[in-house]
Amino acid sequence: MRSRHRWLRFSNMAVARTGRVKPGASPAGEPRWLVPFVLACLFLLCALPLISLVKAGFAGLASGNSIGVLTEPATYAAIRNTLLTATGGMVISVVIGALFAFAVSLTDIRGKLTLSFAFMLPMMIPPQVTALAWVEMTGPASPLLKTLGIAPPLGSPQPLYSLFGISLLLGVQHAPLVFLALKAGLSASPRDGVEAARLSGASPFRVFLDIVAPLAAPGLIAGAAIAFVSGVGNFGIPAILGIPAGISVLPTLIYTRLASFGSGTFGEIALLSSLIAAIAAAGLILQQRALSGRDYRIIGLSGANAAFSLGRFRVVVELSLAAILFLVLVAPLAALIASSLVPAYGVPLTLQTVSLRAYEEILFRQTMTLSAFTNSLFLASTAALGLLVVAVPAAYLMNRRKGAVASALGILIEIPYALPGIVLAVAFILTFAAPLPILNVSLYGTIWIILIAYFSSFLAVSLKPVMSAFLQMDPSLEEAARLSGAGFFRRMRDVILPLVAPAAGASIILVFLIAANELTVSALLWSAGTQTLGVAIFNLDDSGSSDLASALSVLVVIMVMALMAALETLANYLPEGVLPWRN
Amino acid sequence: MAQLILNHLTKDFGGGRPAVSDVSLTVREGGFLALLGPSGCGKTTVLRMIAGFEQPTDGSIDYGERRLSDAARALPPEKRNMAMVFQSYALWPHMTVAENVGYPLKVRGISGETWRRKVGEALALVKLTDYAERRPAALSGGQRQRVALARCLVTSPDVVLLDEPLANLDQHLRKSMEETFRIFHERSGATMVYVTHDQSEAMALATDVAVMSEGRLVQMAAPAEIYARPEGAVVGGLIGRGSILRLPVAEHAPRALAWPQLRDATGSSGSGLRRDVLVRPEHVRPDADGIALEVKACVYEGERFALTLALPDGQVLKAYGDTAIPIGQKAAFAIASGWRL
Repeated sequence: MRSRHRWLRFSNMAVARTGRVKPGASPAGEPRWLVPFVLACLFLLCALPLISLVKAGFAGLASGNSIGVLTEPATYAAIRNTLLTATGGMVISVVIGALFAFAVSLTDIRGKLTLSFAFMLPMMIPPQVTALAWVEMTGPASPLLKTLGIAPPLGSPQPLYSLFGISLLLGVQHAPLVFLALKAGLSASPRDGVEAARLSGASPFRVFLDIVAPLAAPGLIAGAAIAFVSGVGNFGIPAILGIPAGISVLPTLIYTRLASFGSGTFGEIALLSSLIAAIAAAGLILQQRALSGRDYRIIGLSGANAAFSLGRFRVVVELSLAAILFLVLVAPLAALIASSLVPAYGVPLTLQTVSLRAYEEILFRQTMTLSAFTNSLFLASTAALGLLVVAVPAAYLMNRRKGAVASALGILIEIPYALPGIVLAVAFILTFAAPLPILNVSLYGTIWIILIAYFSSFLAVSLKPVMSAFLQMDPSLEEAARLSGAGFFRRMRDVILPLVAPAAGASIILVFLIAANELTVSALLWSAGTQTLGVAIFNLDDSGSSDLASALSVLVVIMVMALMAALETLANYLPEGVLPWRN
Repeated sequence: MAQLILNHLTKDFGGGRPAVSDVSLTVREGGFLALLGPSGCGKTTVLRMIAGFEQPTDGSIDYGERRLSDAARALPPEKRNMAMVFQSYALWPHMTVAENVGYPLKVRGISGETWRRKVGEALALVKLTDYAERRPAALSGGQRQRVALARCLVTSPDVVLLDEPLANLDQHLRKSMEETFRIFHERSGATMVYVTHDQSEAMALATDVAVMSEGRLVQMAAPAEIYARPEGAVVGGLIGRGSILRLPVAEHAPRALAWPQLRDATGSSGSGLRRDVLVRPEHVRPDADGIALEVKACVYEGERFALTLALPDGQVLKAYGDTAIPIGQKAAFAIASGWRL
């Protein structure tokens, strides 16, 4: 689930930080408690869980009780499946993502903003909903196929309950990440460089081969690495497709172990999640290797896209992009809607059978779904608003201070960013399983442990828009206020906060959007009464109520689209790069 | 009103050479100091230390009897009663022109009729009365510059700092803004410190020019003085369009050199210790009794021709002429005066 916010790369921050003259660190204009406050928050959210994980892992190794898990055949199978599905997913993501990125940023096809927006949707839709929609689209029980009369005979296997199915859906889910990484690189490719190559006599194809492709390589490598790491950490897709078929990957192995053995397996799950972290880290190190020596700083005018005229092929390209979007977005969503409208499992959908019973059930009858709504809305809004209290001062300090403080903040923030969500969830279980010191209250099993884990998980999401706003703000705006006589809180209120307000608004909506649909973290941390929307969909599907799960998923998709539309209306007031489908 | 005193001011950001090292100077009461130097010479760092955005690593800054900064303590910028025109103008985009100009008053608790009157006066002085309710985004570059200046006027600050304020304006606007700055300086009586890399701006505006190079103060003097008697090759090269020649000049000779000495020096191919001599192009004149110099280039500049001449030993000399001289031809020139650097 947290894979969906992997477009938030912070790598460009370092360049921006050193690339311009920054105001000096001293004399510091902020109150003395600000740095300790931000450092303490970030330590609690970022470093502490990792320390607990490492401690539990070592304890597990040292005691020898848990080391056996590493030699079990089930673990080997899970490692193999994780690597296979993540790699397969990465390949599919790269193919689809690159096709869209090249078409949208380099050619003269029409409707680019709509295409981008639609292509980003799979990333914003939670993985368990994607998986459910695809399951409803294919297989013998699909209401859509039944209605169309092309359903395979009953009893034939669901083709997606396989390694290939998991890879395919991981690929679809993470293709927008490749798209974003590549598009960012391509839109920075120098227009005058392309024009100079054309004037040098190169044909459009030569220009693509000699100029565009080398410049696009770093973005492609980065996108592939993000897709791989996201695939390793994904829980929603293998949970819905793999568990019924008995195919386990590392995240689902952790989940099933914790569900069946409880707290007795803490040492084992610490080791298993360390394995995930290690695979993710290996992917990122490979990326570093591949990227080294490929640092092409853009010289000259950039931003304006280098348009290749497609001529007669334009219609062909437009139609094939539309066909892909239909296949990965429209058709699954249509299947999802169809499933939510049938009166009972296996009944074909016709005008006579259409029924809103499922919606009635989840909205008015089932206390489980009602409390899931309440919980998710509470968690998402509290996380979205509460994170601003950390994100705004942290972004302020990272921009205004240099040296040790800024780099310490930067490193702390990178920790939860680099860890897959499932690892983070395990780390929080280990941190808070024991009662809190002094208070002697245990957070484990309450909604508060989910909330703290959300704070940690979505810090990067919250920080990114605010950070961009600060980066793009001329530091002399604050200095002019200081010389005007305004103290710290005065200039915060009169100058800084009004200027970062739109970005803070975007940050609230983005965190809310992602947190309200989150499954990976809450799947491990929920207990009776604290289930979230993600957990509710997963449990409904698991217990065979695919109609209710579909109805709930449709509502979730509607919410996602409404929030994305809300962000779109804010777009003109936002710093560049905040809205992923618009850069 | 008091003097602004920089005393052995040093700033080391911790990367090799200090950005500013051992700068001592005094800006006289109500003076207009231009800090001149190539980019990276530390002039902006000096300005930012005066404003209080940077703390010196050594030395101190005083305003009259009051200590503003030293390595141990620094008065925060908001307590210095200074104002600054930033290179980017630093206008707050979410406030109107009047709100921008009136913000220092608002912070000082002035509101209502007094606020309106003072803002009105400041806007009138920069001729922007009609623009009071606009946002900065709706203004041109020159208008934004004037809003920034009005914001400096409004509280009668002790010191006004200007950080390359004309760098982003076109040639025509620069001339008219220079005039506005001069009027502003006369009316306000504030001490002004003006950072620029443009020597003609510095000469036109300042009562004193301080030239900096590689973090050090090289020379500080009145504009006419620094033009006529520059110290060292850095100042000589930076101010005016002179040529620096390496000529054999006796050590005990006076620093101002006249034609007879210069004729001997340029004519001789003899050995002897060579020294830097600055020759201004306006001092190189056609003269039948002069020495023959080869014309290397001749460029028409509108009001005159700019000539590049070669001495017998190949050194290059700049001169002005009223008529074009074909390239490669030799013509007789005399050097009326030179200045040993």
